[in-house]
Amino acid sequence: MSSDPKQELERKLKAYVGVETGPPTPAPEPVNESMIRHWCEAMGDENPAYIDAAAAAGTVHGGIVAPPTMLQGWTLMGIEMADPAKMRKNKQTELHELLSSYGYTSVVATNCDQTYVRYLRPGDRLTATTVIESISEEKATALGIGYFINTRDVYRDQDGAEVGSMLFRVLKFKPAQQPQAAPSATSGGAPAKPTRLKPPRGHDNAWWWDALATGALPIQRCKACGVLRHPPRPMCGACQSVAWDHVFAKGGGTVYSYTVLHHPKFPGYDYPLVCAVIELDEGTRIVSNVVGCAPADVTIGMRVALSVAPVDGGMTLPFFRPAGS
Amino acid sequence: MPTTLTNEAAIVGIGQTEFSKNSGRSELQLTAEAIKAALDDCGLTPSDVDGMTTFTLDTTDEIEAARAVGIGDLTFFNRIPHGGGAAIGVVQHAVMAVATGVADVVVCYRGLNGRSGQRYSAGVAEGVATSDLIHWSWYMPYGLMTPASWVAMFTQRYMHEYGATADDLAEVAIATREHAVTNPAAFFYQRPLSKQEYYEARWIAEPLRLYDCCQETDGACAAIVTSVERARDLKQKPAIVRGVAQAAGADQESMTSFYRPSISCLPEMDLVAKQIYAQSGLGPQDLDAAVIYDAFTSIVLWQIESFGLCGRGEAKDFLKGGTLRREGRLPTNTHGGQLSEAYIHGMNGVNEGVRLVRGTSVNQPKKNDHVLVTAGVGVPTSAMILGKE
Repeated sequence: MSSDPKQELERKLKAYVGVETGPPTPAPEPVNESMIRHWCEAMGDENPAYIDAAAAAGTVHGGIVAPPTMLQGWTLMGIEMADPAKMRKNKQTELHELLSSYGYTSVVATNCDQTYVRYLRPGDRLTATTVIESISEEKATALGIGYFINTRDVYRDQDGAEVGSMLFRVLKFKPAQQPQAAPSATSGGAPAKPTRLKPPRGHDNAWWWDALATGALPIQRCKACGVLRHPPRPMCGACQSVAWDHVFAKGGGTVYSYTVLHHPKFPGYDYPLVCAVIELDEGTRIVSNVVGCAPADVTIGMRVALSVAPVDGGMTLPFFRPAGS
Repeated sequence: MPTTLTNEAAIVGIGQTEFSKNSGRSELQLTAEAIKAALDDCGLTPSDVDGMTTFTLDTTDEIEAARAVGIGDLTFFNRIPHGGGAAIGVVQHAVMAVATGVADVVVCYRGLNGRSGQRYSAGVAEGVATSDLIHWSWYMPYGLMTPASWVAMFTQRYMHEYGATADDLAEVAIATREHAVTNPAAFFYQRPLSKQEYYEARWIAEPLRLYDCCQETDGACAAIVTSVERARDLKQKPAIVRGVAQAAGADQESMTSFYRPSISCLPEMDLVAKQIYAQSGLGPQDLDAAVIYDAFTSIVLWQIESFGLCGRGEAKDFLKGGTLRREGRLPTNTHGGQLSEAYIHGMNGVNEGVRLVRGTSVNQPKKNDHVLVTAGVGVPTSAMILGKE
């Protein structure tokens, strides 16, 4: 059940891979101090090597150099970029038009990696060439389905020597249907800051969260046989008694296992996020977060100490940090 | 004499849709297409079917699927809980229905828009509408909400206890990918995975990297179960069910059994293995190929140990020398698995198990007398051994 238009499109796309988008683009003017100064003012960059001729003379450069990140700027089209009618047609614009004609009408830049060979100095005259390096298969993204297009610009000086290059990636996509923005919880104000998910509460667990909110970590205890249990349940698995109370943990524990979470990132949590199974000194285990140290410093068997703390959203949670810290 | 489940029933027909990231149609339609394909495969018609079974997580009701395909009266219909743990549970219930005469021809199915619709990687949320809502309350506030994060917690402890390394997980990912490379139905068809790519991929939940995790897929699979006797009159060589079982272990939670004396093993899969070996009279030495549920690489190691293919903690050594690859001791996930073919919640594994017995896998091993097929782990689970007539 393959879709023919897609196959047809992908066949056409293949013809663009490895192709130079057009003739080399010369910079309209040489690298110059005025544009360097404007850039530095706009970026708030006060490095004297870029803007102070006297100070720059005393650096390893021996004079003013351009900020490396200006690389693309020297050959970039000017204000005419804002007017589609004035855009110069080339293989890249042709490729974008092809994708648009198949419904991939939107574009977003996703990555830009620059590589610098040497610093540029006033007087350098650059020329850029652009090659369409690769086109991905169709990808499903949060924005919609589409194709990632990688282009590589190579920048050469007046002697034809490479001074730097740039990998630029865009996603050309079919915009997904955007859900209507939910009305903000606070009327008229800024949207509420996302918070950690609150635990669903019921007969069997609400008491635990209430006890925790007093600032200590409760552990359910069977009133008949004294066995401790966590997570709480209504009946003792050892003696089937439904009578129970609780004790509070003294606060010492050991990391039994852990994971450092990177993806997906949920609103209201800070990443990388360390989730761990903590074996309390009382013998029961509990899932919590390890805080107060770098994720890379967490190990199985590490001694940890409890702290019970309020978090955003009016909830109290137990956390564990390295013992003695 | 009590009814047994051994050699009573066979999987006679299999069907599936294409696997994609965006099917563009309803889960009901995907399901109906897969069922129709499975019926065509064995030469039965909708009117032959009198039983339907699927996962509790499936959005397509048994009667909705039946109606869509033109299946008439039903005398058996049911659902198996706990996500991918149901993958062989559906076959077990079909076999029970056939062996007891409750039904004659049972369709097992699963259809999902797992990528373009509800994604399991999106995690459990406050609004999750299940009776085990309270269970999730112990994990959600801390951010432990996705399958990868739960499995990562077990994986870290397992690696710590037994010295398994990222290289061992990589071997599962790479061996499985090698099979997908030759399977046109696989998402990763013609796209091998190098060790460097494996290591360079982003972390999901340490110690799991991107390629330790299965895909999310749109698609559907169906398998038809009937009696061995009736199977002999049908188009395909039957895949006879030699043993099939479900199990839940003591102190089991759905995906978060962190409170057992050891969390570096799968007591429920141990219990499944014990049952299917007892039913079939077979042992680990008799298994010629396997479809081992691979939502994550590490869970393959634990199942290898559950089925006694090596000792506890020794799966890392068992893997070495290409054991899981086409020419290895136990060619495993010859379709590319859920890591590299598609994630249809284990039901694409059922279809591959049948193809292995028929001798029609794209990566067909020479020896195929007995094939193990397992279901999702970390939850109450299931498995079966299929055999040739």
